[in-house]
Amino acid sequence: MNTDRRHFLKIAGISAFALSAGLAGRAAEAAVAPGKYEHGPNTLHAGRWGMVIDTRKFPSEADYLPLIKACHEAHNVPNQPGPHEIKWMWLAPYKEGFPDDENHYGPEKFKTGKFPLLCNHCENPPCVRVCPTKATYKMEDGIVAMDYHRCIGCRFCMAACPFGARSFNFIDPRIAMPSDKAPNPAYPTRMPGVVEKCTFCAERLAAGKLPACVEASGGKILFGDLNNPKSDVRKALAENFSIRRKPSLGTQPGVYYLV
Amino acid sequence: MVEKLLKGPTRYYLWLLSLLVFIGVAGTAYIYQLRTGLGVTGMSRDVSWGLYISQFTYFVGVAASAVMLVLPAYFHHYKKFKRMIIFGEFMAISAVVMCMLFIVADMGQPQRMLNVILHPTPNSVMFFDMLVLFGYLVLNVLIGWVTLEAERLDVEPPYWVKYLVYLSIIWAFSIHTVTAFLYAGLPGRHLWLTAVLAGRFLASAFCSGPAILLLLVLAVKRMTGFDPGQDALKTLTKIITYAMCINVFLFFCEVFTAFYSGIPGHQHPLVFLFAGHDGHMSWVTPWMWACGCLAFASLALLIPPALRDNMNILPWALAMLIAASWIDKGLGLIIGGFSPNVFETLTPYAPTGSEILITLGVYAVGLLILSLLWKIAIGVKKEAGTFELH
Amino acid sequence: MYNGKFIIAAALVVLVLFTSPFWLSKGGYKRPDLQLPANEKECVETVDFMRAEHMQMLNEWRDQALRSENRVYVALNGKKWEISLQNTCLKCHNNTEKFCDACHVSNSVYPYCWTCHIEPKGKGDK
Repeated sequence: MNTDRRHFLKIAGISAFALSAGLAGRAAEAAVAPGKYEHGPNTLHAGRWGMVIDTRKFPSEADYLPLIKACHEAHNVPNQPGPHEIKWMWLAPYKEGFPDDENHYGPEKFKTGKFPLLCNHCENPPCVRVCPTKATYKMEDGIVAMDYHRCIGCRFCMAACPFGARSFNFIDPRIAMPSDKAPNPAYPTRMPGVVEKCTFCAERLAAGKLPACVEASGGKILFGDLNNPKSDVRKALAENFSIRRKPSLGTQPGVYYLV
Repeated sequence: MVEKLLKGPTRYYLWLLSLLVFIGVAGTAYIYQLRTGLGVTGMSRDVSWGLYISQFTYFVGVAASAVMLVLPAYFHHYKKFKRMIIFGEFMAISAVVMCMLFIVADMGQPQRMLNVILHPTPNSVMFFDMLVLFGYLVLNVLIGWVTLEAERLDVEPPYWVKYLVYLSIIWAFSIHTVTAFLYAGLPGRHLWLTAVLAGRFLASAFCSGPAILLLLVLAVKRMTGFDPGQDALKTLTKIITYAMCINVFLFFCEVFTAFYSGIPGHQHPLVFLFAGHDGHMSWVTPWMWACGCLAFASLALLIPPALRDNMNILPWALAMLIAASWIDKGLGLIIGGFSPNVFETLTPYAPTGSEILITLGVYAVGLLILSLLWKIAIGVKKEAGTFELH
Repeated sequence: MYNGKFIIAAALVVLVLFTSPFWLSKGGYKRPDLQLPANEKECVETVDFMRAEHMQMLNEWRDQALRSENRVYVALNGKKWEISLQNTCLKCHNNTEKFCDACHVSNSVYPYCWTCHIEPKGKGDK
């Protein structure tokens, strides 16, 4: 092969690569649909959504069960107990939810009682930091959301989450919940191989409704804008002593517990 | 050079054939996993990584370890390693391919894996790991192939290869550092949240990788008569010994911090691994004690020069070292990282049969690639007259 | 060229193999009959646009809704649509077998929407 031809092939190869990369880049940005996008008319807005759970108003474990039922039915969370369980909202003893605050001599509630756990929608979410595809991301209103379409199932987010808030679909969720048995036909199920978790009911907020667990709690769980000093949640936090899970890790959880 | 693959003794073909058959069987197990989901493994929502990711971690170390031959040869002009370098580089290629396969085997949705490139995310260590692994593969293929071609033609390798080699030396350190950063930056995982993890990874890689290489080279010596040279062998053994000492030292640094500070979270994984958690003894515990015994036994055989240089003892010492480092990094690291879990409770994990089968299948792919590449290297050395020790 | 005869012969064989789908298909491609919604005449955008771009548009809808909270699409004609495959598209196109699948199958594309999204009347599970 003479040098000219070699040189030509080199230039041609590099240009073809640059051109196709450029075209691919442009194709990825361009909007396809000719119309416009906007927020829904009833959408609830916040600078940062937060939740305050008044555990003093839930005297027994059973008082939490309707909230979990409401959540899991709203999102078609399958009931598959065992190592492959999917948990959006669940109950655990104090020492499991708040392992850094163990106190041998505290009130009975902290020794035998259960506390509701869910995704904390952290301000510095480690799960978002580690996701290699942006399948999990933080929205402008502070909600840490998931795009199941994009998740590759690497489970890095599960290793990163210090709260155990993420569940992976090890088995087909439709075995436990066939689509015709799904309690909420307006909401999708999930598929094997993706991670899922609580979404702070982003789809309900968009329709002007509060999260399912908040609605089912009858006022015992507050939900509102943590950035707004006049919001219910801020007032409750200003007037009461509250705790959060593992605050020393610096993730800034958005779920507060009044105890 | 590819034609070197075509001619070989019957046992060479039988070896390749049996590997292929095994890969086929393991492949079926993988297809089953792909169709039904990762529920066929022993992993769970609280121990969400298992054998696949731990093997990935171990073999990134093996891949990086080629640098223990390349660095002395190129930075310190230690010429006696040059005969062996190609074997290290080719082993790195097969190890990187194994790493990639382990990642794919671990994915819930492998058909979407290009999302990592389609939606590049610089803040994800996983994204960087993909970049550095792929880069390391390209570097080793390029360097290995070009230098071997030069050896065949009995000419000096082109000048630019030298710069690629320098790059590959830094790159080798970086691939294993990035792998350590996958773990060491996660809040709430006590065993991994330590600045010394990357150092431990490198030390463990730089003893176990060259030990595997040396053991394989000794096997090749028996089969083909290729002699890497006594001096090269002794030097590499010394490197292995030092790296293992540092590896064990760094482990005890962890033990000190965990137990002298008295912080429970830091102690729990170590206590779990060696003594069980809350009265629950795991199957890992005997393995961990075996790991400790093998580590010290290997050091006892490697540190005294008289034992280290004894060719009847050396293979045993190396085998013990490899077993110890494999248990430490290939079992203890992942299981200890998730036990106890983030709720400070215990979720038992044990790999299932199909998980082990798929893992062995990836091992077989690695062995197949290694066999083919080393066959080429040996064939070229015979043709070029560099096979015999002068 | 060394072994020119063989190279050209092999190249021809490859060419024939690669183009075989074109001249082996009998009578060419027939557009499948789709069952259109009974009481709705207009889709979100024009028929031509929807036919050619519905997949890209669905991707865009998904990203807008999930990532930017833009859950309303204002079409060119000003009509507003809630962004939802399950609750908007499938409300009209309620027979996926005779609409979606009819075309996808004859074009050999197999999207896996129904592994998560619930098909009307629970046709999803096998």
